[in-house]
Amino acid sequence: MSPNLRIAFRFLTAKKRAMVMSLTCIVLGVGLFIITQATTTGFQDLFIETIIGADGAVLIQDKIQSARTSFETEHGSGVVIETTQDNAVKLQAGIEEPAGLVAALDDNPAVVGVSQVLKGSVDISSAVRSDTGRVYGINIDQHLKVSNLGAKIVEGSVDDFRNRPAGAMIGRELADRLLIGLNDFIQVSQSGATPQRYRVMAIFVTGISAMDRERIYLSLSDAASVLHRPTGVSYLQLQLADPARAPVESARIVDELRYNAQPWQERERSWLSAFSALQVSSAITVLVFTLIAGVAMFNTLAMIVIEKTKDIAILRSMGYERADVTRIFLWQAVIVLTIGAVIGCVFGAASTYGISKMPLRNGGISGIFSAKYYVVAWDVWHYVEAVSTAVVMVMLASIIPARRAARLEPGDIVRGTAQ
Amino acid sequence: MKAASVSAPGEVVLCCSGLHRYLGRDEGRVHVLKGVSFEARRGQVEAIVGPSGCGKSTLLYLLGLLDQPDGGEISINGNVMSNTDDAARTAARGAHIGFVFQFHFLMLEFTALENVMMPMRKLGRLPEPEMTARAHSLLASVGLGEKSHRLGTQLSGGEQQRVAVARALANQPTIILADEPTGNLDVKNSALVFDLLTRLAKENGQAVVLVTHNPEIANRCDATRPMRDGLFV
Repeated sequence: MSPNLRIAFRFLTAKKRAMVMSLTCIVLGVGLFIITQATTTGFQDLFIETIIGADGAVLIQDKIQSARTSFETEHGSGVVIETTQDNAVKLQAGIEEPAGLVAALDDNPAVVGVSQVLKGSVDISSAVRSDTGRVYGINIDQHLKVSNLGAKIVEGSVDDFRNRPAGAMIGRELADRLLIGLNDFIQVSQSGATPQRYRVMAIFVTGISAMDRERIYLSLSDAASVLHRPTGVSYLQLQLADPARAPVESARIVDELRYNAQPWQERERSWLSAFSALQVSSAITVLVFTLIAGVAMFNTLAMIVIEKTKDIAILRSMGYERADVTRIFLWQAVIVLTIGAVIGCVFGAASTYGISKMPLRNGGISGIFSAKYYVVAWDVWHYVEAVSTAVVMVMLASIIPARRAARLEPGDIVRGTAQ
Repeated sequence: MKAASVSAPGEVVLCCSGLHRYLGRDEGRVHVLKGVSFEARRGQVEAIVGPSGCGKSTLLYLLGLLDQPDGGEISINGNVMSNTDDAARTAARGAHIGFVFQFHFLMLEFTALENVMMPMRKLGRLPEPEMTARAHSLLASVGLGEKSHRLGTQLSGGEQQRVAVARALANQPTIILADEPTGNLDVKNSALVFDLLTRLAKENGQAVVLVTHNPEIANRCDATRPMRDGLFV
């Protein structure tokens, strides 16, 4: 052990109460930072997982048509100049020839799955009730590659839906409203057309109310029949190897394929902004604890400097340099910081684990996602950020007393005139 | 124990000439030292005596490079140190000077052994086992071999001052500077500490400069230098 570290350790242990106070503040600062980030990120991650699982990373839904117009203007001596101008971009709803687009997307290694979806509003009726909803026509095998629909089935199965002609998958809330269950029949029609009969082969719960309340999945051909759209689809749903790259891939699709592609980050911008604001606001709140930790450390070291001026003079008289004195005080900060950071991380991790086992009030949350317990994210960066913040605060707070100690003149101290 | 210095016995190891020092600021500024010259030789014990406020301690701190003069020159082992930077003066203190202060100035959270080892650890001349052995030997020579593991707070005033003497000798300095080393001790302990300091210093061929108010202690030194109003008289 270096002499400076040895002295620092002994100085600290002589000021146990002040040291424990500083330590407690650091533990709380680090621990609470981890807990708040784990919980806010946990819910955000669950939300992102839910929306990507339901609607994929990218939706391609409109063809881009740039309207170009030419006009001629006559100048003075009979010279006619033709001017061409790109007008505002036009979007043509839906995808008329999806096969070519799917083939192009299949060549993109970033795309792990493409599902053609035909969507439309319909009237749905059971034996006892009628309601409105939205039909989603899909190829189930394609769709399972771009969504987690299979994992959201709570009654029946995907296989039953796949193998049974005229089968349907229906959201739990819609099924409840229609008072139907598995293997019951529903009639689906659009705009007063002849209703078509389907059998409920699976009931799903995504946790997103808007989906569970109105969605009914049919095969693509059945949906085309119900919606009277023999060709084309409403949109393509894409899943990416790295969903975080959705904006980049969307931009590339727009540029290269001239289709309007919407990444999930844009689709859910308002919710993501809300989560981000929540995360920042809770981090700011917790920073106060870390700030207090810095102030406590400053106080502890300032007190030690005042009480140890004679010791500083002794050390200086024995050949310890100003840098040694600075190091002795910074070592004290490092010791408290290290112990505080380790305990803070353990406290943060243990509390995060405990919170993850706590049930949410009123049976849980549903609406934008479904959760029965507090959701937490385990991310090493939360620990790195928490410790880094504490390091910055505490070391900044420690530099002033450490430098003050180093500036003390040993002659002034032994003479009793040190300021 | 042998002194680390290459200086020969009787040789001048510390000298100063024309030292001036002002203390205080503005209207409170006092001309404490008014051109003091002094030298200390190996194996000699010099006492600086005089009334309070005459500049004895100020001179001692200047000689010990704890303070900087406003004028004049200080040489240690032939090297002019008065105009050097803080790092050079700090290094010289660690290698050539041992201090004994009036109020013991032990580091109370450390044991007697650790206090004695502290200057050795900084200088780093010896490996840890040799440092420990030397510290034990020094504590034994001041009669505290049995109490080497006691904290500073567990030692009496006389014992603390004896530890301070052992600590001052730890790096085998050529110069021992003592500011009222017996000023805070009873008669018995005063005699004990003074005897220790002078005996060990003479054995090691070190120059001892001590400031004292005690005429008995002063009379037992090899030379006495009375001071008055910032000058030797």
